[in-house]
Amino acid sequence: MEEKVINTRKQLYDNVTKWMMNNAIYLVLLALLVIIVIISPDFISLRNFKNILVQASTRVIMALGVGGIIIAKGTDLSLGRQVGLAAVISASLLQDIKYEYRMYPDLPVLWIIVPILIVMVVTALFSTMNGFVVAKLNVDPFIATLGMMVIVYGVNSIYYDRPPYGAQPIGGLDKRFTGFAQGSIHLGSFDIPYLIIYAMIVIGIIWVIWTKTSFGKNMYAIGGNKEAALVSGVNVVVCTILVYTLAGLLYGLGGSLEAARIGSATNNTGNMYELDAISACIVGGLSFNGGVGSVSGIVTGVLIFQVIAYGLSFIGVNPYLQFIIKGLIIIIAVAIDSRKHGNNK
Amino acid sequence: MADTTQEIDNKPFILEMKNMSKSFPGVKALDKAMLSVREGTVHALLGENGAGKSTLMKCLFGIYNEDEGEIVFNNKRLKVSSAKQALDQGISMVHQELNQVKDMRIMDNIWLGRFPRKGPFADEVKMYQDTAKIFKELDITLNPKQKVRSLSVSESQMTEIAKAVSYDSKIIVMDEPTSSLTEIEVNHLFRIIRSLKARGVGIIYISHKMEEIKEISDEVTIMRDGKYIATRKSNEVSTDEIISLMVGRDLTHRFPVKTNQPGEVIMTVENLTSLHQPSVIDVSFDLRKGEILGIAGLVGSRRTELLETIFGTRAKKSGVIYLHGKVIKNKFPKESIKNGFALVTEERRETGIFGVANIIFNAVIANLKRYVQPIKILNNKKMQEDTAWVINSMSVKTPSHKTRISSLSGGNQQKIILGRWLLTEPEVLLLDEPTRGIDVGAKFDIYELMIELGAKEKGVIMVSSEMPELLGVTDRILVMSNGRVAGIVNTNETNQEEILRLAAKYL
Repeated sequence: MEEKVINTRKQLYDNVTKWMMNNAIYLVLLALLVIIVIISPDFISLRNFKNILVQASTRVIMALGVGGIIIAKGTDLSLGRQVGLAAVISASLLQDIKYEYRMYPDLPVLWIIVPILIVMVVTALFSTMNGFVVAKLNVDPFIATLGMMVIVYGVNSIYYDRPPYGAQPIGGLDKRFTGFAQGSIHLGSFDIPYLIIYAMIVIGIIWVIWTKTSFGKNMYAIGGNKEAALVSGVNVVVCTILVYTLAGLLYGLGGSLEAARIGSATNNTGNMYELDAISACIVGGLSFNGGVGSVSGIVTGVLIFQVIAYGLSFIGVNPYLQFIIKGLIIIIAVAIDSRKHGNNK
Repeated sequence: MADTTQEIDNKPFILEMKNMSKSFPGVKALDKAMLSVREGTVHALLGENGAGKSTLMKCLFGIYNEDEGEIVFNNKRLKVSSAKQALDQGISMVHQELNQVKDMRIMDNIWLGRFPRKGPFADEVKMYQDTAKIFKELDITLNPKQKVRSLSVSESQMTEIAKAVSYDSKIIVMDEPTSSLTEIEVNHLFRIIRSLKARGVGIIYISHKMEEIKEISDEVTIMRDGKYIATRKSNEVSTDEIISLMVGRDLTHRFPVKTNQPGEVIMTVENLTSLHQPSVIDVSFDLRKGEILGIAGLVGSRRTELLETIFGTRAKKSGVIYLHGKVIKNKFPKESIKNGFALVTEERRETGIFGVANIIFNAVIANLKRYVQPIKILNNKKMQEDTAWVINSMSVKTPSHKTRISSLSGGNQQKIILGRWLLTEPEVLLLDEPTRGIDVGAKFDIYELMIELGAKEKGVIMVSSEMPELLGVTDRILVMSNGRVAGIVNTNETNQEEILRLAAKYL
């Protein structure tokens, strides 16, 4: 009888420690959040909430791109630089016609959608090249996209730094363009920023692609067991390339929205965004071993990350210290990931 | 019941593979191999491990491209360069290693590569219904929406078989489909096979289990060392004849004469349980000086895991190991090696050899402290000497010490790995499938070596899936079933049936 009580207690203890291990990253982040709120109770406000969502909107679009790649057991370090390229090109094509320092002084007023589509095609091309190098030439995704990261930065800088005005931030954006990202729908006293709506549309589309189409299932299959996908007749090469292409489309969209949200762009826009996006994915339950993860997980991961980043700035934590905290979160998240999904012995 | 000779002869060939050759660096895996399968028959493909059966099937299925040869299928020349093409042509395969995406559902796995569509979307309803229909036809009672990860090994195997059947193929290759099935499930599979036969499907059946082959097959083709040896009607050939064709030499000379004499206990394992899944549970046994202890079991019975737990590459949860009566921990390999243990791993390519390195490196790597001189420089002369000892004492065939190990044949690679561990002067050798994928001659050498080690009062544990070698070389056999010890039997008092029965004990 007594033994039984001890056994149940031990079992309970085991279960609790196991649950805490599995959710450790959320517990760490919750603790951070509690600290933030204790230091500055004002943090909990509708305004902050909205700001966080707006910032998270562009980030989630990018994270969904790299998220698909991670599910297919790849990675993409070129995300940030591709976002930067998208931001610079879209900004350069959508400067206000009355702005003095236009990159293309003679460019007519364009439909907003045209430049956005152009940059999506451009980043899709670069990402497709990533996919080709990874899937067809069998280069490790880390190396392939590391190379692409540098190449895209070079391309972007050449585009950015040229006559007539040389390397300077591309500003004076067309009001329609900034309004496209910064505006909101008014519902009585309440207003919903457009960006949040765009993000939700993208989230919906990606959810459908991942869960309802053959392409999505193949993506999970390739990440889960490439050999099995191959012998089942999946065209692994084409499917892998398309996963990268889709990511490129999302980077293009995210980058141009980011330019409109900030109101300007430089060749350093987007720098290191890949780290935020990849860490958000890992925090959201994706694994570098591939084959697992969900749209909702990625959305949660991005939100958690954004809350922490915004919160740390809000209570005035030294920005350099913020880097250290973010870095620690990434390492802890991956360490826990390998405990959960790794081949433990 | 297998068909009569005349019935079989009347059936036309549906698949003919002629003069198939395929080389890998250092090995000729196929050397003018042949196979002709009639429609509506079961054709057993036999040969020892490494005889080239799997390679031949991989050529058929488009995973490998043959160097030369011709495949005629349905009276047409067949040229496939991917699994998809093979499947489209009507050739499907139950793979020996379970090729499944564990984090997906059963139905996703079955329709992978050909999801039914409804507009742009995958048709989940149809997938579910079609899977349920196939399962009903085949008498499988699994929920199609269950994740594959949650299935037992035998359940996964049945879903793989269902998948192969669902392609409606003209040829189905089954590569050791019963390796992890219980007797009831094997009978279930045989019913499925007979109904496929009645539909005119040709089945290529690869197995090592002679009783099964006699029961289910119509014809057998035997391969050895990548070559075609013979094709016979199953009801006209005896098991002994098949085995002697497979081995290529008189059965009595397959195993060396045993000269080892088990003495006092050297190691005791008590209630050993490992921490992580797949885990071994409550394993206890003794190992004697000069004894060769075999470990038998089905695929997934966690024999490898047992060796890993003893050696410290897998974490222990509870249990004690005694060496010479003293408790030892073996928490990690470095400690185990110091305690006198050695582990030759199962996956030679993955965890045994350093493929890009030369023979010297591979021979001395587990034992570097033996060569350390002042200021940490390694003694090159001594390493050369030891490498020479490995090459000579194991009769390794190699052009030089500096040859890349990956350019040697599997048997020679294995000898070097064994030599590597003998250099550490171990007391307990843990050998995991030491003869997998190596030729008959090299096997004989390795058996000889094991017996010699026994005669020198070492303790040897050998995990093996090959019943003849377990029965031919060991002194006792420990049978694992689902992570537990199902029984320990004396080799000269047991037989294949008893071992198989024990292996199914905890399924």
